[in-house]
Amino acid sequence: MSAIWQHRLAERGVDRRLWLLLPATIFVLLLFIYPFLYGLSLSFQPMQGGGVLANYDKFFSDAYQRDTIATTLKIALPAALLNVLAAVPIAFRLRGRFRGKRLLTTILVVPITLGTVLTAQGLLNYLGPTGWLNRVLLSLHIVDNPIRLTNNYWGVFFSLVITGFPFAFLLVLSYLSGIDPTLERAAATLGASRAQRFRRITLPLLAPGLATTFLLTFVLAFSVFPSAVLVGNPAGSTRVISLAAYQAAYEQYDYSYASAIAMVMGAVELVVVAIVLLWRSRLYTGSTGGKG
Amino acid sequence: MKQIRATPLGWVIWAVVVFFFVNLAGIVLSVLVSSFGTKWFDTWFPSGFTTQWYGDAWREFTLFHVIVVTLLVSALVVVLSVLVGAPAAYVLARKNFPGKRLVYLTFLLPILMPPITYGIPLATVLYKFGFAGHLSGVVLANLVPSVPFVILTMTPFIEQVDPRIEDAARMLGAGTRAVFLKILAPLLVPGLLASAILVLVRTVGMFELTFLTAGPDSQTLVVALYYSMSAAGIRAQQSVDAMAVIYTAMMLVLLVVALRFVNPTQLVARVKEEPSE
Repeated sequence: MSAIWQHRLAERGVDRRLWLLLPATIFVLLLFIYPFLYGLSLSFQPMQGGGVLANYDKFFSDAYQRDTIATTLKIALPAALLNVLAAVPIAFRLRGRFRGKRLLTTILVVPITLGTVLTAQGLLNYLGPTGWLNRVLLSLHIVDNPIRLTNNYWGVFFSLVITGFPFAFLLVLSYLSGIDPTLERAAATLGASRAQRFRRITLPLLAPGLATTFLLTFVLAFSVFPSAVLVGNPAGSTRVISLAAYQAAYEQYDYSYASAIAMVMGAVELVVVAIVLLWRSRLYTGSTGGKG
Repeated sequence: MKQIRATPLGWVIWAVVVFFFVNLAGIVLSVLVSSFGTKWFDTWFPSGFTTQWYGDAWREFTLFHVIVVTLLVSALVVVLSVLVGAPAAYVLARKNFPGKRLVYLTFLLPILMPPITYGIPLATVLYKFGFAGHLSGVVLANLVPSVPFVILTMTPFIEQVDPRIEDAARMLGAGTRAVFLKILAPLLVPGLLASAILVLVRTVGMFELTFLTAGPDSQTLVVALYYSMSAAGIRAQQSVDAMAVIYTAMMLVLLVVALRFVNPTQLVARVKEEPSE
């Protein structure tokens, strides 16, 4: 009997090789799913007493806390959008082969190595009131007084563009390189102009990749934390939600409230992800001709 | 070889790229110049140059210890995540089984979530069991995004290996172990290297998870850098700059090594290059 069962299961793909999944599955369950569920249940057991939803009530009834959601979205959405939109034309110019491509790609990727802290330090030095940028603008008489670009919204925004753009660029370039160039040449043979080829051939094939890129850069930008503290205005215009969660956990030692904020953060992020995925599912999803 | 054509739109794009890089160079150079400068107030350049800040940073921030910790954490994370991730990537690349989509989604989730969201509950759990505050806690926390990352990068490499090679080996009497060690492992060296190096770069640069779980003795370079910067005023600005330069130099070396093994444009899809005309 058991031999028959084994055979039937093997036909559906269940055989001994599935054991190889075990370490990774145990790992994900122990270090991701369990902590997540633990945090979720902790968030319903407020330390200060009160009902099950007391932590969430506290978060949403306090404008100082509630506004962190809007603040985070106001920084993360435009930054992610700009990174993706700027990456498209540049990646478009850089596909195919030409001399020095590797060097140029390397230079575009270098900002990844800077890390948030050097970027923050550099932004403070360079854009500060006595920094080089303001010196240039002042000596060219473009402005009369130093413009303020650090310790506010713009400092954080620039930091997100600098760290996020190379990443978006790499992804867009690899999606673009995955599109079979013969498709475009076929369109050209049939008389399509450059603009038509881009709009009717390349863009529809690229759109799902762009959605993925947008999501990944958005996740990076949404959890902005170090730069919001270092180059932003952490008490006001750049008080992002991860900062609120951090303060609850490590300054007030209220892990229950901190978990609740983390859950709100995850929920808001998943809503954006779901909207983008929903839009993406209506696009063409198939082979781009480049694989295999 | 084709030339890049210069259309009006092309010029605008290049102007934007150049503008971005001029400012980026300004940002990097201002830190570099400051780390070698003596005093720098309200002038174009510092009044003199010195290397004293590097010595100061090395001693004050106990950088030797911090760098040892950083390398140790990264090495452990790389080895463990490859050991756990590669077999799972093999199954996901080769087999269809009921529930495969669910398993795949579970492995993807840690990458799609912002680190702070799962980092705070994870740190709470790790504190509860006494891991956090030590090296082991930092390693465990960093494994969470690294294992899925190994799975994601390894899967396409495994798909490229023809399954008939494995079948042939089995026909000739090789057991599962022999197939893995003698057939698959040598063929997968490029994939293993690629994912190992990418995990290494990510772990050295990972701020949030390390920040949430590290104790005073288990800080990595990024976290030490953050603490030194947010406690500004106590220490000389320039020694923080010096430390940031050391960090970037380390990352740059790693990235240059990584780019030798990984073609950045082949991360998500295999490329069918345009034939050279």
